Amino acid sequence: MILQKRSAYYAFWQAAFFGIIALGIGVLWWASNEVEYVWRWYRVPQYFVAQMEIEVNAEIEGTVTAVEPKGEKVFITVGDQVDSETYSAPVGSERVYEGDFIFPGDPLAVYEVTRPGILLQGLWITLKVSFMAIIFGVILGLFTGLARISDNPCLRYLAITYIEFIRGSPLLVQIYLWYFVFGTIINNLLAKQGIPPISSLWYGVASLAIFAGAYVAEIVRAGIQSIHRGQTEASRSLGMNYVQCMAHVVLPQAMRRILPPLAGQFISLIKDSSLLGIIAIRELTKATREVVTTSLQPYELWFVCAILYLVLTFSLSMFVQYLERRTQIS
Amino acid sequence: MIDVRNISKTFEGAEEVKALVDVTTSIEAGEVVVVIGPSGSGKSTFLRCLNKLETADEGGHIYIDGVDVLSPKTDINKVRAEVGMVFQQFNLFPHKTVIQNVTLAQRVVRKREKEAAREKAMQLLHKVGIHDKANAYPDNLSGGQQQRVAIARALAMDPKVMLFDEPTSALDPEMIGEVLEAMKTLAKEGMTMVVVTHEMGFAREVADRVIFMDHGAIVEEGTPEHFFVNPTHDRTKLFLSQIL
Repeated sequence: MILQKRSAYYAFWQAAFFGIIALGIGVLWWASNEVEYVWRWYRVPQYFVAQMEIEVNAEIEGTVTAVEPKGEKVFITVGDQVDSETYSAPVGSERVYEGDFIFPGDPLAVYEVTRPGILLQGLWITLKVSFMAIIFGVILGLFTGLARISDNPCLRYLAITYIEFIRGSPLLVQIYLWYFVFGTIINNLLAKQGIPPISSLWYGVASLAIFAGAYVAEIVRAGIQSIHRGQTEASRSLGMNYVQCMAHVVLPQAMRRILPPLAGQFISLIKDSSLLGIIAIRELTKATREVVTTSLQPYELWFVCAILYLVLTFSLSMFVQYLERRTQIS
Repeated sequence: MIDVRNISKTFEGAEEVKALVDVTTSIEAGEVVVVIGPSGSGKSTFLRCLNKLETADEGGHIYIDGVDVLSPKTDINKVRAEVGMVFQQFNLFPHKTVIQNVTLAQRVVRKREKEAAREKAMQLLHKVGIHDKANAYPDNLSGGQQQRVAIARALAMDPKVMLFDEPTSALDPEMIGEVLEAMKTLAKEGMTMVVVTHEMGFAREVADRVIFMDHGAIVEEGTPEHFFVNPTHDRTKLFLSQIL
């Protein structure tokens, strides 16, 4: 009886949950109609998969001397007795016949290609930048975390200075510093040696990795300090040195406690990568902004942008949960 | 085997604590020395100074098998590999199985082959009677079993000396016997042992010598007969009357 009562109670609030979500969407729909916004979801897919028309144009003047299909391609030769050129295009896309007279710039063949759209490209850049920043950030954070609890005052002060500097200033400012200050200096120095400049993407990765590294360091420190002293004493008493003790005894145990907060840090890093648009890295947010200015469909596109971030962060937290289960002691 | 000369240990902090005051003693090879004394008497600190888990104050000397433990030139890891230690809280590695606990240091410190380390480990687990739990994790073992694994883990390094830091104090009473039994076997085999304990029965039966410490200093030392039958110092008499 009590169980039935409880489940009815439970079902009611479940329904309430879905009701509230539906209401929210409904209100948004109604309000957008009130301001006469026209939803055009059908315009969104083109920014994921773009169809592009490619024209193959003649660069010289002359007669089409040959149109030869070979496998999946067709080779079109244009020219006179003096010189000739051969162009290739997919079979069936040719627009000229043998004997036609061609001027420079005339289309010889026209075909469509499927390319990843701007949003997909942006998503890829976000993924790439975040992934690299996470890898470098973890390595940096691990060593800084170890330095932070080192007995060596130089290492410890260096770690503290780094952590406090990074955590005490806004990421946006750090990105500017990396790009406009350090980036300019480094690229000028490189130019003096005749080396081509480093692209802004790498300054973006550097700023994110160094930012994340400071937070990872604190997570690592807390994780290591949560492992009982006796573990270190036992391994050292067996003759293990510091590195062996860390690698075989302390870090494997700390890892399990470090994983959940680390996942949170990675998720913020993915979201923080949206700031990199300001230094001309066309990641997901900047790509969306560009698309919005051309399509004039901001409502759909910003929702799509948010959902794409959600897909990334949710997959990551699923992956970390899987790792957590795997590192659990049976 | 162990030569301790004028060792002191001061813990810095809000309040300076003198845990050891000018301790001098020596322990022969094959000798079993039991250190007793009230809590806070410095007996654990004394033991931990021997393998430099605590660093004694400057001025004293500790020699183990002729090696100057406190010299900055000494590779302390080499010394520790020769000195086994068993802790009150067992300190087994919870993320490793029993057999892995016993093979780990053999592999990374002694650089033994996997098979050789395994064989050695199984042999020692047999000796302490836990061979059937070789693939269990420490958390699934009783306290007594864990402490016996800890003894096997220390023995796997073929130490010249074994240090026991109150090995039975964290155990339920019914498990104390099995751990003491393993220690007795070890003593009979001629292992050099320094044991900090409150087990007077063990001291009486197994010890070659008993050291009584109080306030960081050695008050009295002698054979168990002398110590339990005719203690000379009043402080020793008082302590014995309280615990016996």
